[in-house]
Amino acid sequence: MALKTETMILNMGPQHPSTHGVLRLELELEGELIVDVKPHIGYLHRCFEKHAEAMTYPQVIPYTDRMDYLASMYNNFGYVLAVEKLLGIEVPERVEYIRVIMGELQRIASHLVAIGTYGLDIGAFTPFLYCFRDREKILNLFEITCGARLLYNYMWVGGLSHDIHPDFVRLTKDFIKEFRPTIKELNDLLSYNKIFIERTANIGILPLATAINYGVTGPSLRGSGLAFDLRKEEPYSIYDRFDFDVPVGQGLMGTVGDCWDRYYVRVLEMEQSLRIIEQAIDKIPDGDVHSAIPRRIKPPVGTVYQRVENPRGELGYFIISDGSTNPFRVKVRAPSFVNLEVLGELCKGHLVADVIAILGSIDIVLGEVDR
Amino acid sequence: MGILDKEFSDGNIVITKVEDLFNWARLSSIWQLGFGLACCAIEMMATSASHYDFDRFGVIPRNTPRQADAIIISGTVTLKMATRIKRLYEQMPEPKYIISMGSCANCGGPYWNHGYHVLKGVDRVIPVDVYVPGCPPRPEALLEGLLKLQEKIRHESLTKKQA
Amino acid sequence: MKTPDEIFDILKNNFNDDVIGIEKEQPTEPIIFVNPSAINKVCLFLRDNEELKFDSLMNLSGVDDANGEKVKDNDGSEIIKGGTLSVYYHLYSIKYKHKITLKTSTSREEPRVESVESVWKTANWHEREAYDMFGIIFNNHPDLRRILMPYDWEAGYPLRKDYKNPEFYQGMKVPY
Repeated sequence: MALKTETMILNMGPQHPSTHGVLRLELELEGELIVDVKPHIGYLHRCFEKHAEAMTYPQVIPYTDRMDYLASMYNNFGYVLAVEKLLGIEVPERVEYIRVIMGELQRIASHLVAIGTYGLDIGAFTPFLYCFRDREKILNLFEITCGARLLYNYMWVGGLSHDIHPDFVRLTKDFIKEFRPTIKELNDLLSYNKIFIERTANIGILPLATAINYGVTGPSLRGSGLAFDLRKEEPYSIYDRFDFDVPVGQGLMGTVGDCWDRYYVRVLEMEQSLRIIEQAIDKIPDGDVHSAIPRRIKPPVGTVYQRVENPRGELGYFIISDGSTNPFRVKVRAPSFVNLEVLGELCKGHLVADVIAILGSIDIVLGEVDR
Repeated sequence: MGILDKEFSDGNIVITKVEDLFNWARLSSIWQLGFGLACCAIEMMATSASHYDFDRFGVIPRNTPRQADAIIISGTVTLKMATRIKRLYEQMPEPKYIISMGSCANCGGPYWNHGYHVLKGVDRVIPVDVYVPGCPPRPEALLEGLLKLQEKIRHESLTKKQA
Repeated sequence: MKTPDEIFDILKNNFNDDVIGIEKEQPTEPIIFVNPSAINKVCLFLRDNEELKFDSLMNLSGVDDANGEKVKDNDGSEIIKGGTLSVYYHLYSIKYKHKITLKTSTSREEPRVESVESVWKTANWHEREAYDMFGIIFNNHPDLRRILMPYDWEAGYPLRKDYKNPEFYQGMKVPY
């Protein structure tokens, strides 16, 4: 008679140092091997969509900050673009340039957290400190601009809350000069580290077809080898004026679409963001950043779906207007929410320790998963 | 090591109250539960990282509640999470301290009115020692909150029951 | 690359009455109305047709249209009777770079829509969310449970316009 074995259920989270917040995973194990992973989310569900219905259009902006709190600028960016599209207003050139610069700085800051905490999860503590040191420099740039370190409420419908500081251009150039060599340092320290490669290469391979079917976007999709970046695909704002590359995973250390590829795409993207900032920083035209802000925001009846390339993927805002001063419905297509769904597919057949590596490589923010 | 070497090299005696000694030891190594909830957790991480360096106050994140002295409630507490927080708190050994970080943990913050799934203040489920206001509080504010907690521990009594 | 009108014509030829109409009054993008019981077939066709190839579902959102009759409840609060709940599908083709928006409406009292989970896996969680927030039931969904709210939440569907929050949940006071 054959012996029957039972699988074991192991609970991971909501309090766990590597779940990047309050995610709970229900792991079904056969020994050390993963049979199935069921994510349980909603531990940070803060009712964003209900709030959006109760607020006027400008009042929603601070709440968008608090969704993806590692990329607040970009959340603002997507929302104001959507409302501007609904209203049909043009914003001044100066505003566009500053928005792009802020967005790209935010992308670097967000990737730094992703890379630093990923190293931390895998067991490398030092890169975390290096990344946070550089991130503080970006936060200082934001702070002199709008006074906040983390949640900015900076981009307003039709303009910006504050003009940039007179020193901003000089300080940003200094930052670029300082930061560029540290990318190489980071590569030496973490990316090409033997232990790190052993933990991440050939782990959690995401085939391209699966990625598309699951709707995965952002660095996780590009890690699988498709150069799909909304800044290139359907350039919003003024992204069509800049020259930059879209890095994709090439399977340098293992197979295309493994954890290392997803990680390395983020490292390469920081370099591209620096290029965009360099091109934009000298061309900021003169002008008033408040001139196009409408006095009363009351869009016509209609719907709009606007998507932007958030550091984590495609961030979409679906807004229905009923002609009043409050949105009738705001639905956010959060990249982390969609990317997290593929986790079960990626973990199957791997070891328990690999779940941490795979989860970190998708780079989720729970505030955005749960909204 | 400078001046202290000479002071203690000849087997000197230090006279103090047991209470003071205990309190001094406790307040100098507050190990916090490594536990982040929302936006404030990022500021908490920034406080532990290179720029602000929580370590210099003896604060080291521990990943299990059973070895933690303090818990920083860093972010919005939802109804789904509240029961889990209560359980984490109950798992911690005495004496235990709680810092409520940010407006959300203090009173619901921006979600106080329409937040159908937000607990309006973590003090509805567990007792709080120090409230740190802000949305999110700057790392300096969290450090100030920690100093306030240390001040509180310094004046604690071992015999009298604390309020 | 096809315009929404061309896509609508192709759909109309293949599905006849199940594709109800196209609305172009919108300031931004046109919307094609589809019968809720045929949405899975329409979506499968949109994905597999060689000329269309809508291989990614960008977004799926439930909406409470709040177009029913507003009546007073026993305790004086307003509830909505009748009317519709809707689901919007935003589709995109990575190959041809065209987009389309589908909309399907179902009754508020018994909201049932066919699931498109078998077409795009993305829809799995989005549909669970729409169920959680609006109570829209997706037929043939493999795992239709609440996703964001607690599994034992009994006070209804929060994003409906006439939702009333409970006073207590598991002994914790909910209102401020």
